[in-house]
Amino acid sequence: MINRNPQLDEHGTLQHLLTTEGLPASVLLHILDTAESFVGVTERDVKKIPLLRGKSIFNLFFEPSTRTRTTFEIAAKRLSADVFNLNIAVSAQSKGETLLDTVNNLSAMNADMFVVRHSQSGAAHLIAKHVQPDIHVINAGDGSHAHPTQALLDMFTIRRYKRDFRNLRVAIIGDILHSRVARSQIHALTTLGVPEVRVIAPKTLLPKMVERLGVHVYHDMAKGLKDIDVLMMLRLQNERMKGANLPSPEEYFKYYGLTPEKLALARRDAIVMHPGPMNRGVEIDSEVADGKQSVILPQVTFGIAVRMAVMSILAGNQV
Amino acid sequence: MKIHIKNGRLIDPKNGIDAVQDIFIAKGKIVAIGAAPSEFQASRVIDAQGLVVCPGLVDLSVRLREPGLEYMATLESEMAAAVAGGVTSIACPPDTDPPLDEPGLVEMLKHRAKNLNQAHVYPIGALTQGLKGERLTEMAELNDAGCVVFGQSDGLLPNLRVLMQAMRYASTFGFSVWLRPQEITLTGDGVAHDGEVATRLGLLTVPVCAETIAIANIVLLAKEIGVSVHLCRISSAEGLAMIRVAKQQGLPITCDVTINHLHLSDMDIGFFDSNCHLMPPLRGFSDRDALRHGLLDGTVDAICSDHAPVDEDAKLLPFAQSDVGATGVELLLPLTLKWAAEMRLPLLKALARITTEPARILGIDAGHLSVGSAADICIFDPDHYWKVTPAAIQSQGKNTPFMGMELPGGVKYTLVNGHIVYEH
Amino acid sequence: MPLPDAEAVFESLAKKIQADADRNFALVGIHTGGVWLAERLHRELGIKQPFGTLDVAFYRDDFDKIGLHPQVKPSEIPFAVEDAHILLVDDVLQTGRTIRAAINELFDYGRPASISLAALVDRGGRELPIAAQYTGITLELPADKMLELKRGKNGKLSFHLYDKSLPE
Repeated sequence: MINRNPQLDEHGTLQHLLTTEGLPASVLLHILDTAESFVGVTERDVKKIPLLRGKSIFNLFFEPSTRTRTTFEIAAKRLSADVFNLNIAVSAQSKGETLLDTVNNLSAMNADMFVVRHSQSGAAHLIAKHVQPDIHVINAGDGSHAHPTQALLDMFTIRRYKRDFRNLRVAIIGDILHSRVARSQIHALTTLGVPEVRVIAPKTLLPKMVERLGVHVYHDMAKGLKDIDVLMMLRLQNERMKGANLPSPEEYFKYYGLTPEKLALARRDAIVMHPGPMNRGVEIDSEVADGKQSVILPQVTFGIAVRMAVMSILAGNQV
Repeated sequence: MKIHIKNGRLIDPKNGIDAVQDIFIAKGKIVAIGAAPSEFQASRVIDAQGLVVCPGLVDLSVRLREPGLEYMATLESEMAAAVAGGVTSIACPPDTDPPLDEPGLVEMLKHRAKNLNQAHVYPIGALTQGLKGERLTEMAELNDAGCVVFGQSDGLLPNLRVLMQAMRYASTFGFSVWLRPQEITLTGDGVAHDGEVATRLGLLTVPVCAETIAIANIVLLAKEIGVSVHLCRISSAEGLAMIRVAKQQGLPITCDVTINHLHLSDMDIGFFDSNCHLMPPLRGFSDRDALRHGLLDGTVDAICSDHAPVDEDAKLLPFAQSDVGATGVELLLPLTLKWAAEMRLPLLKALARITTEPARILGIDAGHLSVGSAADICIFDPDHYWKVTPAAIQSQGKNTPFMGMELPGGVKYTLVNGHIVYEH
Repeated sequence: MPLPDAEAVFESLAKKIQADADRNFALVGIHTGGVWLAERLHRELGIKQPFGTLDVAFYRDDFDKIGLHPQVKPSEIPFAVEDAHILLVDDVLQTGRTIRAAINELFDYGRPASISLAALVDRGGRELPIAAQYTGITLELPADKMLELKRGKNGKLSFHLYDKSLPE
């Protein structure tokens, strides 16, 4: 039975951010526009504003990720919210408490917002479906499904450097099959009107019918990078580098790693992005990662502003 | 007790009857159809005006969760659910805890079920010990204890050598082998059909070839050995096409589909609805349509509920971690009627798929209303629509993709051996 | 009711500020009307310091009631706030809450030497102890009316009065 988009209430107001899929362009652009204002805040002497003073934000990390957790924590603290970090991977879950038990217990502590990271696709949806209606849920990555704030900060970065989405060619390169980032990027790019989104990967790293998501499939970097304005590299997880997905990191680097030579096949003013952390010498050459076309560090900076925007928009959207 | 069911529309697929006729029951058997036998004094008259009177339904897959899984459901609750759904004969998969691989377990189950005096229970014996796919069970002993057929339920298929030997051994005694075709090395940890929905949701997949490769193996072995095989829970158009060819070659192969796969596709998973976490996974629209037509042309022999009550909490988990299965024995009739209405199929033909045909596959004398046969009867109102709610379902399992939907076919009476075991 | 000519009121406000021009103000306009005024004052008074803009959306005290304003504009303060004499410019002064938010925000950029306030219209109804040093005009308006400053394509300013119950 197909439900309406569980992120929006009956008035179309954003209550949770679970995925970029199915959100109207206006909602995505509102988040990007709001984030522009927060970039200014992060450049001031006092990097803190009182907007979410008194709000309690819980970082629920069922899968450890110091890096992502920290960016959410910084964003929340800059908004003056109280932040509580729970590394649940090692506490309640191992005592047989279910995911929803944990969530219910935390709700009873008057939480206003949950930032959820979980190894299972759909975990954030499940929590959003069962929390009290005044609690907002932000998906900070669920399984191979979605990582919407990463995709939004990528969109923010693209807009900063390329202005208009509607005349771009964007390539997403790497392990699309297992990547929540790639899925969220694809939905955001197509929603924002990017006319051509390509995915470039060997067949073992592509999900079935991926073209139904609105992308063009390439297996060859030379063809796939031609006329590209934006290169979005994906991280290749260690466990996928050898075995049934790929024979070796070396062979992957040779055919799909981004080197200066391969980058030269794209447009001269193309920008290079990566969600981090990078495997230098596997999916990207250091010379490219640190080169002048790389916008990988600005991505990190913008990530704070985008997460501030998402948190403040959600917190302000009362039921 | 003598019962007279009058004014009902009697539908009996086996005998080709679809007419308003009375039916007379005495000593647990049907003693007459049409005119009353001489000096018949009914102690109970059921007025079935406007209702359909048909053979009690035969369901090829109902998990009673005993022994061992009583936290999910109990024999009492699920036996009550079966008759509330008009089901009077049920085949129980061996995936209990421990599995039905020892005569004592089977005898206990038969005994406990018999004492409840409700539907007839036909345990499916485990084909291999512990369903582990390594060592054969004592099939002949199990048969003496009450197992009519043998299978692996949803468990992994044995390797091809063991499977071949198991088939040979079963065929020695004339037992049929029931297998759900799935190549486990391709299934892996997959939870959804390998298609657009799983790609969107980032779920691990079970490709169609996990089913077709297994079907190919099983069909070739069956041909080699000459054993009769029932292929359970077919989910794909391609799998069905292979079965169609095997049947055309005259191989002794039958197959079934579930009520879920007959009506739903992977699109119904929506945003991770764990009620749609089923095995085999719900597949694409074209697969679903192929199953619906395959059932029409007889490639698919029967519809089953694949009834699998699960603990409520076990569904309140992320999709892949949630328990597999849905409650369904009470939805077998409604969803068969829904399919028939959508395909514009007369009731006489539709009901064959849940009466005569499954009885034939199971090898039991049931699913018909012949004079002299046991009075296992279902009386239902075909025009009564009811809403599927937790309260409306007797089963302890309350999870089904159809929760909240309005479905046709309200069971009014169920009779087993001439006793009214359910009355609404 | 007849509304005053916004251009005339602006000229009057500009004159009053000019009389104090030796104080070497840095102008900061509050979005949206205040920014238009700050831009005009900056030009007409020939102030050398670039003027700043504030969107006080992140500092408002009604966030819990109405949420985040749908179109937040970035605040830009292109000069050092520390030890500066700042003239805050807004179009309509009423409750004083916007000014409170603006002052709070300014302090997050640094500690100014002083902050004064210029308002095109003071319509009374204060809920905080805030007063404008420079006022274009003081108006008595019914509480259920909302006064809004608009800027035409030719850059001309004008006043418009709405029922508060109606959407802006």
